[in-house]
Amino acid sequence: MPSLKDLKTRIESVKSTRKITKAMQMVAAAKLRRAQDAAEAARPYADKMAAVVGGLAASVGGSDGAPRLLAGTGQDQTHLLVVMTAERGLCGGFNSSIVRMAKARIAQLIAQGKTVKVLTVGKKGREQLRRDYANLLIGHVDLSEVKRVGYENAATIAKDVMARFDAGEFDVATIFYNRFQSVISQIPTAQQVIPAVFEDAAEDAGAETPYDYEPSEEAILSDLLPIGVTTQIFTALLENAASEQGARMSAMDNATRNAGDMIDKLTIEFNRSRQAVITNELIEIISGAEAL
Amino acid sequence: MAEAFKFDLVSPERRLASLDATEVQIPAAGGDLTAMANHAPTITTLRPGLLQVTHSGGQDDYIVLGGFVEISGEKVTVLAERALPRAEVTKALHAEMVEEYRQAHEAAKANAAVDPTLVDDAAKRLSDMEALGDHITA
Repeated sequence: MPSLKDLKTRIESVKSTRKITKAMQMVAAAKLRRAQDAAEAARPYADKMAAVVGGLAASVGGSDGAPRLLAGTGQDQTHLLVVMTAERGLCGGFNSSIVRMAKARIAQLIAQGKTVKVLTVGKKGREQLRRDYANLLIGHVDLSEVKRVGYENAATIAKDVMARFDAGEFDVATIFYNRFQSVISQIPTAQQVIPAVFEDAAEDAGAETPYDYEPSEEAILSDLLPIGVTTQIFTALLENAASEQGARMSAMDNATRNAGDMIDKLTIEFNRSRQAVITNELIEIISGAEAL
Repeated sequence: MAEAFKFDLVSPERRLASLDATEVQIPAAGGDLTAMANHAPTITTLRPGLLQVTHSGGQDDYIVLGGFVEISGEKVTVLAERALPRAEVTKALHAEMVEEYRQAHEAAKANAAVDPTLVDDAAKRLSDMEALGDHITA
């Protein structure tokens, strides 16, 4: 049975924990708003880009002159997984859900006899992946100094990935990130970026107006594909940033609530023990008086 | 009064403009072009340059770097990799940009053996960037 003093210290410590988690939750809520706004602001560009590149890809894709970023290397032996996680923890299952998905994919690819390379973005993912697959990590992008992800960050990552592609280091690149659904739900997503895939573009391409292309379709496409890849990475980074804050917000909300419950329980225990001490004292006094 | 059409200027990070314009001057890769209502549907890439938008309230100027334009009958959408209102671009910022392109050009020259076409592209971007300096007064 802990002493009264012990209980008191514990209650105080849980109370300050609750204050911290509450503050973190509010900070996350504010950052979430900003991250969501940023993701919202980037959407028109990304959508338009996907539509135009998709339309172009659909019309040029079949020909022999298709750029390598679209056509691929013709193999799928070496896979590059770009795993995007957060720089910081305390955000619930955010990091582990991405890592779990990436690990499942790695295991699956290795079982198929493929070569796997992993590029990590964000410290947390690297730490978790290093335990099992340290030999597969080929690079790391550190965003811990970045307060707010910008297009330049995406451009740096994209440049790195495309340089590796040009050097023939891999055949297929897939990015792993959390798609922001709502504050309580973020969906781990894998998206293939090289060779470029456009899921819904192919359908509405036929309905589009016949455009004049200046210079040729092929030239525009090979200009736009790298920008398209960068945009996809940028979108993923933004979605990830919003998801991270959302996950942290709900994790901290839970933590605050748990701390509250714990304080209630400890307070009851504290009151009971205090009552027990008083009762004990009374019994001693009374029995002492009776003995006389 | 010329007929108006919808004009959007978006960069990856934000939408800079969305308004009804009557005339847009675009620094396209193959030379400047002016889009007015009912222009033939065109998709073309941009070179670094000055984008001038004329609308009922006057004229807005933007500095755009790379990207592309989609012109359809009733809509002009400019997707610039980087776009700034002209007023925000100072001489110092422009010098910085020129320097950035100069370095890209040097890097391309160093890799000339791999892909010589990149050198020409980089040189062209650099000279476009330098020419842009004439439009910057701030």
